[in-house]
Amino acid sequence: MNTIAARGIVPEPIARQPWEMLIPLLLITGFGGLVLYSAGGGSMQPFAMSHFIRFLVFSVMAAIIASMPRDAVRVLTYPAYLAVLVMLLGVEIVGQVGGGSQRWLEAGPIRIQPSEIMKPAVVLAMARFYETLPAGMIGSWRSVVPSGMLIVLPISLVLLQPDLGTSVAIAFGGVVVMFLAGLPLWWFLLAGGTGIAAMPLIYFFALRPYQQARVTTFLDPENDPLGAGYHIAQSKIAIGSGGIFGKGFNNGTQSHLNYLPEPHTDFVFATMAEEWGLVGGLFVLTMYALILRWGWKVANESQDRFCALLAAGATATIFFYIAINLLMVMGMAPAKGIPLPWMSHGGSSMMTNMICIGLLMMVNRWNRMAPRRGLTV
Amino acid sequence: MKIPFLRDGPERTPRMINASILRGSFERRGLLIGAVQGGVGVLLALRLGYLAIAENEKYRLESESNRVNLTLVPPRRGWILDRNGAPLASNRADFRVDLIPERLVNADATIDRLGQLLSLEPARIADIKDKVSTARGFQPVEVASGLGYEQFAALSVRLPDLPGVVPQRGFSRFYPTASSVGHLIGYVGPASAEEYEKDPNPLLITPGYKIGKDGLEKQFEKNLRGVPGARRVEVTAGGRIVRDLETREDVQGQPVRLTIDGPLQDYAARRIGLESGSVVVMDCRSGDLLCMASMPSFDPNSFSDGIGGVEYAMLRDDERVPLRNKVLKGLYPPGSTVKPMVSMAFMQAGIDPNETVFCGGGLQVGNRRFGCWNRRGHGSVDMAKGIYQSCDVYFYSMAQRIGMDPIAAMARRCGMGQEFPLPVTSQFFGTVPDPAWKMKKWGREWQAFDTVNATIGQGYMLSSPLQLAVMASRLATGRHVMPRLTLDTKPKGFDNIDFPLEQVEYVRKAMSDVVNGPGTAGRARLPIDGTLMAGKTGTAQVVSLSISNGKSGPWKYRDHGLFIFFAPYDNPRYAGAVVIEHGGGSGSAYPIARDVMTFLFDPAKGLEALAALEAGWGGTAQQRLEARYAAYAAERGASVSRPPRREEEIFDRVEAEARRAATQPEAIADEVIAPRPEANPSGTPPGAAAPPPTTAPAAPAPAPPAAEISE
Repeated sequence: MNTIAARGIVPEPIARQPWEMLIPLLLITGFGGLVLYSAGGGSMQPFAMSHFIRFLVFSVMAAIIASMPRDAVRVLTYPAYLAVLVMLLGVEIVGQVGGGSQRWLEAGPIRIQPSEIMKPAVVLAMARFYETLPAGMIGSWRSVVPSGMLIVLPISLVLLQPDLGTSVAIAFGGVVVMFLAGLPLWWFLLAGGTGIAAMPLIYFFALRPYQQARVTTFLDPENDPLGAGYHIAQSKIAIGSGGIFGKGFNNGTQSHLNYLPEPHTDFVFATMAEEWGLVGGLFVLTMYALILRWGWKVANESQDRFCALLAAGATATIFFYIAINLLMVMGMAPAKGIPLPWMSHGGSSMMTNMICIGLLMMVNRWNRMAPRRGLTV
Repeated sequence: MKIPFLRDGPERTPRMINASILRGSFERRGLLIGAVQGGVGVLLALRLGYLAIAENEKYRLESESNRVNLTLVPPRRGWILDRNGAPLASNRADFRVDLIPERLVNADATIDRLGQLLSLEPARIADIKDKVSTARGFQPVEVASGLGYEQFAALSVRLPDLPGVVPQRGFSRFYPTASSVGHLIGYVGPASAEEYEKDPNPLLITPGYKIGKDGLEKQFEKNLRGVPGARRVEVTAGGRIVRDLETREDVQGQPVRLTIDGPLQDYAARRIGLESGSVVVMDCRSGDLLCMASMPSFDPNSFSDGIGGVEYAMLRDDERVPLRNKVLKGLYPPGSTVKPMVSMAFMQAGIDPNETVFCGGGLQVGNRRFGCWNRRGHGSVDMAKGIYQSCDVYFYSMAQRIGMDPIAAMARRCGMGQEFPLPVTSQFFGTVPDPAWKMKKWGREWQAFDTVNATIGQGYMLSSPLQLAVMASRLATGRHVMPRLTLDTKPKGFDNIDFPLEQVEYVRKAMSDVVNGPGTAGRARLPIDGTLMAGKTGTAQVVSLSISNGKSGPWKYRDHGLFIFFAPYDNPRYAGAVVIEHGGGSGSAYPIARDVMTFLFDPAKGLEALAALEAGWGGTAQQRLEARYAAYAAERGASVSRPPRREEEIFDRVEAEARRAATQPEAIADEVIAPRPEANPSGTPPGAAAPPPTTAPAAPAPAPPAAEISE
């Protein structure tokens, strides 16, 4: 990775940055901005400009995170988790007082959606927990109950909002960390089996009617072509009509004539695929693959358990966004309300993903500073 | 990835787990998750490729059909022109509003809002609601047409709140002479569900598109329809038009040129006045039907947005059946108007017209005595006097000599009982009875009194006004004149000579004497120097003498008044028939014939006469119809029952009723008809109008019919 640095042409502080991730990240964000430019009717306003500004702001944030020292992170992990949990509670209280459901807290001009920050926070706390858990206790109840609480508490609060998509995202990050922490495999199989068995019960008793509609629509989209199935049907039309090379920049009719719902957020990939075709879609997939591959590399190069679990958890969180969104727009998952990282217009998802990138860069920096040790706790 | 099975859980001492084992587990499991992620990536790429390549064609079409909205532009309907090229049915550019029921969100609220915006009457709003609730989703329902620009604009700006409302600029059908041509031309309306099923042409459910529903509009639908234009526009999901992509102009339907003389048709319709009846005028040199007026009628302009509940109730409650085309579907005993035709049969059978019969006021046939309308008798009567004095005894006795069959054959030859090759939706052809017919239909032998009844146009004999007009022109010319209604059909029958010239001239003279000589219709004389009209009166009894004397009492029991005519008598140009239902006798018919013929030869004089009459009647036919509608709506508007859902049903019902009405004379067909006094030039006061059979007034002084109101 440091071939440029090896030649000594580029100054070391620049050369040592993880360009194998940063270049795909810049490309995908820039491409996202281009798509948003088109979705905005061929104009920087209202989407593309704020997209770029947010990226810059959150890049600075990621850089700050990346430069944090290892010990400070270890100390701050639980307080940070607690703070986010309190904020989630705050959302609930404000929501109760204000009446009606709410997902964010307002502080002046800034709107914070604590459930979004909770995703990396859970990953951090879990990594920290398994770092401190003695190896011998893996497999005992003490290896799962406290960490289970770490996941269940925020999920319950988020479910109250109600926000099923984010709950599942939080759970996914936490469970991936648990899995990688070495908990007995049969626990997961048992939980998975129970989950599948419980699905009908969840569907009939836990889901709200609009969530049920999403599921039934996913299973039978033709059933309701003008209702909930309309979104996915129009998304597939947009993607399919793009063909190999697309209809051309700013020429997408599905997005420009409002057939595609939310062409700038959830369905930004469909907007892109309509104008850029299969080629654009493969480009986007490749960029994501490069970023995620780098995330796994960072995890594998980590010197200790905390870093490894943190890096893997952060990568899994990013993956979850990408996978669910793309499966949804291509008609293979229920419409969820989960945006596509670095392409969708929206501050919360940009922040979550940039926090994950910051954490990964942080781990990457630690890895570089101290080569991997054989045996550590 | 060790899987500790439950069975070795409790007993086994926990296996030592250390950091390096966990590290190995992390790496293996990481690899697994990475592989799953890679798998999802490959799945996504394949799915993307499938959508973009394999299904590209399908989705490209769907995207196009999303983007492009093809709107059909209803073609302008071809005009229906009269013989001089003046429009009887034309198109008027206007603003209109339709509803598409399946796109309505809250139908009642939307209709109420429209009613408010367009200030519609409550009855109209109720009609629209009814139609919307019964219409199939795709069928447009007309709300209003002929809107002013302000109303149209006011509606257009509120469109986003009114889904399913389609305002547009278009053309609507316009009938300048309105009710005068109602039965002849028919009307247009939106296609019904059945019509759309039969011909699933998207044009039929295009808002604003109308098809012919009755009369010539229906008959010439193919010619009149034209080719729709199309407008391809790019639209947003919300239906807003972004831009026009392509527009193809419509091709107007072809005009249909009729032989009808528009002004004459209108004049005749108006001249019928308060009566219920019909006027047919033909050009007997070409067979052209110049006028086929049937009144009272409906206003085809107001039918084009569907037949409203109040309107339907009003037309239906009217015993003068404004929905029935009486020219084609009114069947009447022709009465004495058959006498010239019967005379022709006598001459063909070899009877010398100069041979006389003594009329003593009646004739004994078998054991029954048949009276002449003139109970005092006509004295010595030859054929000419038999015609102009309408002496019944002459015809009774001559008919006894030749029998019924030659008379029936002559009646058919003159057009009675015949159907003519005309472009009309349906025509009734009536009855020419003869012994074979009676046996077949009723299973009874032909009796002497049947012949007697038939020779004076009563009994089972029934004919339509159109047939009477054809009979008049065949008698006048001696040729087998065939009527025609459109200018592009060839005149027919003129090389087919029915009668020798001397017989024709004899009948012409006798018929001229009806009007201009010592006949029964002296007041039918044309007020035009040098133009003499010939004719024959007829008074047809519809119920038994025991029910009504035919002149007064309930309208539906009064006698029909009939008159056939041609002019000029010595060189016939025009021929025709006037039939006034329950007019109380021929006196109600021939003044109309006289005025119509006057109008033909001297329009100014004709209009002068009409203006005086209409002042007394309360306006033109159209004005009276509108006034009646307003009064009816005010009185009964709220309580009318719904019209049948299908307009076809309305006209099927009208036709069925017309058939039933035509059987009314059958009730008295087996009776001996006591002929009614014919109208006569020198009238007596109306007080003597109801002569008991035995005390008939003197021959030259019969009563003017009670219904004679024109003079």
